[in-house]
Amino acid sequence: MTKPVGMEVAVAAAEAVALCNIDVAACYPITPNTHIAEHLADIIADGRIDAEYITVESEHSALSAVMGASGTGARTFTATSSQGLMYMHEILPITPAMRLPVVMGLGNRAVSGPINIWNDHSDIMLQRDSGWMSIFADNGQEAVDMFIQAFKIAEHPDVLMPINVNMDGFQLTHVVEPIVFPTQAQVNKFLPPYKPFASLHPDHPVSMGTLGLPEIYTEAVKARDVVLVNAKKVILEVWKEWEKMFGRKYEPVASYKTAGAEILLLTMGSMGETAEMAVDALRKKGVKVGLLKLKLWRPFPYDEIRKAVRGAKTLVVTDRAVSYGGPGGPVCSEIRAALYDQPNRPEIVNYIIGLGGRDVRVEDFMKMVEGAPKAKKSGDDYQIYGVRE
Amino acid sequence: MKKWPETWKEYNTGGIIFDVGNARSFKTGPWRSLRPVWDNSKCIKCGVCYLFCPEGCVQEGPDGFFAADLDYCKGCGICAHECWPSAISMIEEGHES
Ligand code: SF4
Ligand code: SF4
Repeated sequence: MTKPVGMEVAVAAAEAVALCNIDVAACYPITPNTHIAEHLADIIADGRIDAEYITVESEHSALSAVMGASGTGARTFTATSSQGLMYMHEILPITPAMRLPVVMGLGNRAVSGPINIWNDHSDIMLQRDSGWMSIFADNGQEAVDMFIQAFKIAEHPDVLMPINVNMDGFQLTHVVEPIVFPTQAQVNKFLPPYKPFASLHPDHPVSMGTLGLPEIYTEAVKARDVVLVNAKKVILEVWKEWEKMFGRKYEPVASYKTAGAEILLLTMGSMGETAEMAVDALRKKGVKVGLLKLKLWRPFPYDEIRKAVRGAKTLVVTDRAVSYGGPGGPVCSEIRAALYDQPNRPEIVNYIIGLGGRDVRVEDFMKMVEGAPKAKKSGDDYQIYGVRE
Repeated sequence: MKKWPETWKEYNTGGIIFDVGNARSFKTGPWRSLRPVWDNSKCIKCGVCYLFCPEGCVQEGPDGFFAADLDYCKGCGICAHECWPSAISMIEEGHES
């Protein structure tokens, strides 16, 4: 194992992708994914890896280009954020429909408007239902690890589905952290070459991206959904293998000080580390609180969530996006759905926080936990935390 | 050969088709509601119907007259519209000419 190096997380993400022996990348730079796109372009231009970097004029083209490349059997990568992901929207559901294991880096950012380049999860939540696997990194080390895992998960013969790795914009992408990189030899051992189910080649022609009439569309959708649900098994296997090889543990729902906890806090992404500090402070004050960190968003880890909340009286779910005019935050509404039929489910309180780069501090988490009974009594399905009244 | 998979379990990974060019085995004319009928006594063999048919299904016969391949003709009526000596009429399917 090599020594940790201090590196900006976005740059480290590009380095991790370079370690994965990619063949083709196409990224249209958009804040805050720009440094991933730029640094990967540098790596390829400098000849450090034998790959093609396609400079495209838009995100719509970036994803189209990598899909075409993936169809030929190439290992492909793209990265984007916010409006760029919105601009990919038309293509996004086609990638899983064609079972192309494209890996995407997402520097999460609020969507317009008002125009805002800072972090929340409103970009990925709007694309939640496009059929991609979705994982969330807490910190730079996790981001680096997750990119390497992502290729292995996506390219597994039982999966062959695209995946996005979510990193909070700026709060994660633009901070310098100590990161331990695996060696090239280790990555080569962990990540075998991509073996496509079929590939575009003039010597053995196939048709991809075909028409599905009403007679077959339903079956196509069911087949895709089943693959995505079953992908969890592969994700767990890959994470176990990673743990064995590198000693760092990954779980769909990671827990922190949950033993004996009556109140559980749930976060997704980089806020997890701030929340850990809040849990420490609250535990010192005698509050029986623990933290759950949701790392796997699609496929949704129903079993793990149900198991993780067992025994807790209150579950405080934080969301970084709003489902306008709907049930509040998308994370909470899924957790509510997962727990609805469960006996002895905890009371659920939903806070929407950290929108468009609004700072979320340790005190905020403490206030959310301590204010949970009052928030529950208010009868509101959700609260937008810290909004100026 | 089955036209398409019966169940979702038979659905090919990614809907990929391995027998490329299989469109050849699917006739696309059956959803036509009108059919062009040629009156060769009026036809001057100019070939305009052949040129304008968007389906490319109008063919010239050995006698120099033209006819549509009804396996593919969509009944759009463009040939009849463009035939300036009015040698083509559109007849509703199911009716005799
Ligand atoms: S009706 Fe339309 S499709 Fe049929 S022969 Fe005429 S132009 Fe071609
Ligand atoms: S356009 Fe009319 S006249 Fe000309 S070839 Fe066709 S049927 Fe004959």
